[in-house]
Amino acid sequence: MVRYIANKFFYMLVSLFILISATFFLMKAIPGDPLTSEKQVPPAIKERLYEQMGLDKPVYQQYLKYLGEIAQGNLGISMKQINQDVSNIISQTFSASLKLGVVAIIVALIVGVLLGMLAALYHRKLIDNVAMVLAVLGIAVPSFVVASLLQYVFASKLHWLPTMGFKGPLYYVLPVAALTAQPIAFIARLTRSSMLEVLHADYIKTAKAKGLGWMAILFRHVIRNGIMPVITYMGPMTANIVTGSVVIEQIFGIGGIGKQFVQAISVRDYPLIMGITIFYGVLLMLARFITDILYVVVDPRIKLSKGKEG
Amino acid sequence: MDSNPIKVMPTPVDLTAEDFRKIGTDEKEAEVIQRESISAWRDAWQRLRSNKLAMTALIILGLITLTAIIAPWLIGKIYGYNYYSNDLLYTNKAPSSTHWFGTDDLGRDMFIRTWMGARISLIVGLAAACIDLLIGVIYGGIMGYFGGRVDEIMNKFSEILYSIPYLLVTILLLVVMEPSLGTIILALTITGWINMSWIVRGEIMQLKNREYVLASRSMGAGHGRLLFRHLLPNAVGPIIVTVTLSVPNAIFAEAFLSFLGLGVQAPVASLGSMISDALTGWLYYPWRMLFPAILISLTMLSFNIFGDGLRDALDPKLKK
Repeated sequence: MVRYIANKFFYMLVSLFILISATFFLMKAIPGDPLTSEKQVPPAIKERLYEQMGLDKPVYQQYLKYLGEIAQGNLGISMKQINQDVSNIISQTFSASLKLGVVAIIVALIVGVLLGMLAALYHRKLIDNVAMVLAVLGIAVPSFVVASLLQYVFASKLHWLPTMGFKGPLYYVLPVAALTAQPIAFIARLTRSSMLEVLHADYIKTAKAKGLGWMAILFRHVIRNGIMPVITYMGPMTANIVTGSVVIEQIFGIGGIGKQFVQAISVRDYPLIMGITIFYGVLLMLARFITDILYVVVDPRIKLSKGKEG
Repeated sequence: MDSNPIKVMPTPVDLTAEDFRKIGTDEKEAEVIQRESISAWRDAWQRLRSNKLAMTALIILGLITLTAIIAPWLIGKIYGYNYYSNDLLYTNKAPSSTHWFGTDDLGRDMFIRTWMGARISLIVGLAAACIDLLIGVIYGGIMGYFGGRVDEIMNKFSEILYSIPYLLVTILLLVVMEPSLGTIILALTITGWINMSWIVRGEIMQLKNREYVLASRSMGAGHGRLLFRHLLPNAVGPIIVTVTLSVPNAIFAEAFLSFLGLGVQAPVASLGSMISDALTGWLYYPWRMLFPAILISLTMLSFNIFGDGLRDALDPKLKK
């Protein structure tokens, strides 16, 4: 177990290192430097500024310095937002994104599993068909289309919910709905197919034969086994919701990291782009790491020695 | 029944050699093929054809592709404008007989732009899927075929690459490179091929221990011949399904990038960039959003449904 975790952790670090290095060198590859677009600066001041920013040193020294700074959680200074630390910007805007993301993950899990369960229990009935049509639609329709549509119908035309902003519980409804459409569809499909498999398993027949009530069978056997594939999907789902929130925050005017990211890209604020990329990278890789561990902890049948790749 | 139990037998004179013919199963006849033989592909095609949903999706995809090729040209000929010709006196107009899908904020015809956008989205989706296919098949084929140390190293490499969130890598690349059709496709394929390589690897690993491979090898077939003539053709089913299902992913990723302003640059439009442009005034000019949104959803939906149908047809065992 310890070896397994250490192994996964090691791979996470390697991936992270590659991402950070790629970020650094790609940004170095961009022609020009922070002073290129400024007005004519006297050479003496320019040199002084270069020295201050460490740009007068060779690239490998800059790289090592950059790695060191990141290890301390220092992501540099924004180029466009005057006197703003990238880490500061991230920590200031993270809370909105975090709230939205956590609510979305919880909603996606509950609704998705419930929908999949209903579909499996009423296999080939109306509920099953409706759920699966919804699932196909949810997977195929891009989240920003769902978001715009919801905004148009429920906020602009019906005036049931606020169009924009992030001030109270009601403000969560539309963004969360748009953000979770795809994960819910995925989870519902996963849950349905694994539940169907479990429902036909021998141990369910045994449980029935020994006279267990259907509630007990459902909760003790069917759900506990049927929910396994959903756990493997937790990592990809987090990635989906985090990247999805970039667009959703923009549409609903939520001042989270995603909105900062879009703005940073549109004005080419390179340190901020780098910082948020690395931040997202850490977040998503951690989610994946936790999923890997959770999967083994929850399902004792998985032999660690045999577990997918070492 | 005759009352007389002793039946009068026909005289031996009546017997010919014909009468001593064996009437049991004739081995020769059992071997004769009674019906026209059906190849695996025709079998799959028949299964696919009976799947009404998948066939509808296929027809819709065909229509979308055809319209995307013809419509911009045809309408341009008839009405005398193209996807970037603007009329500033005629901005944000609702759909009418001269502008079927209305006009956008620069007075450009939305009908032509929508279908030009569909063209771009389809090109991106198909090209990315094809490149993924090429790299994935070669990489996965080598992993699966050689196994052992080679497999271990190559697999570790792809796993590390895969664990880096792909949209982040794509965004980084496009921030650095000038966004154009080519760079977008390139950025999408940087990590897009990994899934395909794993599918191919799994298939090849299963197939390489079959007797026919051993037979071919004992007759002196080299690695290349074994891999490309014997192993890969037998793994074609899952490969086709994976390609089909990766097209909508690429289309979605392109739309997402357009949303960040990293997609194809104006005046060229993709469905994603049109939707993102329409966002600002979409509560007042819903048609600017509606048509591209419907088209992109329909395209992705059709690819997904068709891909599912294809999987059921090619590998009925998987059907749930």
